[in-house]
Amino acid sequence: MTPSPSVLTGSSRRTFRLAVPPVSGVLRPRLVAVCVTLAVGAFLVFCWGVAIGDYPVGLADVMKALAGSGDPGTLLVVRELRLPRAMVGLLAGVAFALSGALFQTMTRNPLASPDMIGIIEGAGTAVVAGIVLGWDGGLSTQALGLLGALATALLVYLLAWRRGTTGYRIILVGIGVAWMCTSATDFLMARGGRFQAQAALGWLVGNLNGRDWAQVGPLAVTMAALVPAALLLGRWMRTLQLGDDLATGLGTPVQRARLALLLVGVGLIAFATAAAGPVAFVALAAPQIAQRLAGTAWPPLVASGLTGALVVLSADLIARTLIPGTELPVGIVTGALGAPVLLWLLIRANRAGSGG
Amino acid sequence: MTRDKGLRPVFLAAVLAALLVVLCLLSIALGALNIPLDQVVRTLFGHPDSTRVENVIWSVRIPRTALGLAAGAALGLSGALMQALTRNPLADPGVLGVSAGASFAIVLSVAVLGVGSVLGYIWFAFAGALVASVLVYLLGGLGRSGQTPVKLALAGVAVTSLLTSLTSAIALTDPDALNRYRFWNAGSLADRDGGVVLQVLPFLIVGAVLALSSAPALNSLALGDDVAASLGRRLGLVRLQGVAAVTLLTGGAVVAIGPVVFVGLVVPHVARVLAQQAGIGPDHRWLLPLSAVLAPCLVLTADVIGRLVVRPSEIQAGVLVAFIGAPFFIALVRRRRLAEV
Repeated sequence: MTPSPSVLTGSSRRTFRLAVPPVSGVLRPRLVAVCVTLAVGAFLVFCWGVAIGDYPVGLADVMKALAGSGDPGTLLVVRELRLPRAMVGLLAGVAFALSGALFQTMTRNPLASPDMIGIIEGAGTAVVAGIVLGWDGGLSTQALGLLGALATALLVYLLAWRRGTTGYRIILVGIGVAWMCTSATDFLMARGGRFQAQAALGWLVGNLNGRDWAQVGPLAVTMAALVPAALLLGRWMRTLQLGDDLATGLGTPVQRARLALLLVGVGLIAFATAAAGPVAFVALAAPQIAQRLAGTAWPPLVASGLTGALVVLSADLIARTLIPGTELPVGIVTGALGAPVLLWLLIRANRAGSGG
Repeated sequence: MTRDKGLRPVFLAAVLAALLVVLCLLSIALGALNIPLDQVVRTLFGHPDSTRVENVIWSVRIPRTALGLAAGAALGLSGALMQALTRNPLADPGVLGVSAGASFAIVLSVAVLGVGSVLGYIWFAFAGALVASVLVYLLGGLGRSGQTPVKLALAGVAVTSLLTSLTSAIALTDPDALNRYRFWNAGSLADRDGGVVLQVLPFLIVGAVLALSSAPALNSLALGDDVAASLGRRLGLVRLQGVAAVTLLTGGAVVAIGPVVFVGLVVPHVARVLAQQAGIGPDHRWLLPLSAVLAPCLVLTADVIGRLVVRPSEIQAGVLVAFIGAPFFIALVRRRRLAEV
């Protein structure tokens, strides 16, 4: 056997097979190009976000400060004030979008997003209860959100377990639990005072204001473990998409694969929500946008994550600069920004006749 | 279908109708002032025991019960319709942007025009619901190949999120608007006088007629676009009729009692299980009426319990609907292999 790759050329994809080491796969030039473009875009917006503010820093100085040099004043502003916020935006964007891609692929349903199966709603109820009833027990908003999210996720999984579980049952049970959490949140919002309601809403739309390294740390550690796991699980995810029977036939341990995918998806969304609040729409829209940009038949994981980061970072940039002197919550802008992009892609797909 | 099997759907319908009648009577009888059932019946037939009881029944309890009945039925119908149109069991009646449009219009009318009462913003809310839904319909159908269920649903989700963002932006900057919005958002049947019911009822009736008459077409649509077209269905027309019905039904219900759209998501699943048990299968000629009867049962139960638990104060029906409906729904999901759409 020679190690020369045998290449099958196609219009948009190439397969390759190496004898030593025994690796085969599909190359998708368009997907790679989309990923690179998104990564460059996200990096530029990231730097731009760090550069602007009350004390403007030049882009060149930002790069220098990121690398660890520059004058102490700039270093302080960049590293202690601006960088944590941008990092939370970047990481949360990736986490939301990856989690959304996992759920949508696993359930084969573009409307299924982790927003609707109770995890985010559970975090919201915990935080709003903390704000309105004062039941924070000395915990930070971040810790409350995380506890709420993880407790709800556990509850959903336990309730959906009955001699194994199916993706469909988890989603339906999740919808039931989400329904209760949303109602409890609405009830608390209506019960609380004006200012408490406003504070609660400020968290509920998703917010990056005043983030520091304490928020970045847990999210970064979690993602360092979960993002590679998500990428490794991608293979199982694709077989699960074919249905349980076929996946079993192809050698996928269905129950374990689903549990692993759920754990990864839930972990990502729980920590991201705790750090940034439930930033609207990213989990649902980013995978769909990425899928249409890359021209694939399923939401591509890496491209989804990069799209999520780009959407959240750009939204934060707009939120900070739209009204001078006021910092809008980022969640307001992600909804307003993501929606037209998704709509445009939908319409364009129609024109090309390539389907949704 | 054999005669033996044919009896069971009728039995099911009779049981549900009886349940609904009992719930209506309870909803008229119970509350801050409990009225014995015999007095309720006598008052309804024109022989009231006292003018106080007569007043409570005719000016408070009956409008409220009628509202729960009408809005509940509308949400159930539009939920079943929406899931059939998008062929997606996760679609709720809000997917077309109807409730987000209503929310946005309410917040806008309070913030910009200073509208203060339910009757004042009901027309704004309805206009918002209509505009959002038309926008989604048009956006979902742009281009050469026209609509597909997925595009319609995604266009709806996108418009919903856009409007929700704008609603939050206004609510965050205008405390008055937030104040109105959060009470409406919790969903309630309280403090709506007879005027609200009468104003939304025409829309709900037209919507219900449109919805029920589309049932045979929905059965074809469930087989996929190609098969439905080859069976002689005009897809564009079916979708237009469906979207119009969903808009009228959801719009009317949501402006009257708040965005309790979850009812419309969950109830059709229950209806499907019941239909399966009765040997009917997923036939929309049964599913739509079943959903229309089950949903008001849920809404009325929630409303009655909400009046009783913290007397003389109340818990909003929109909140209790979840706490009654969700455990029941979860138990159902666990027990049966739900028929996938």
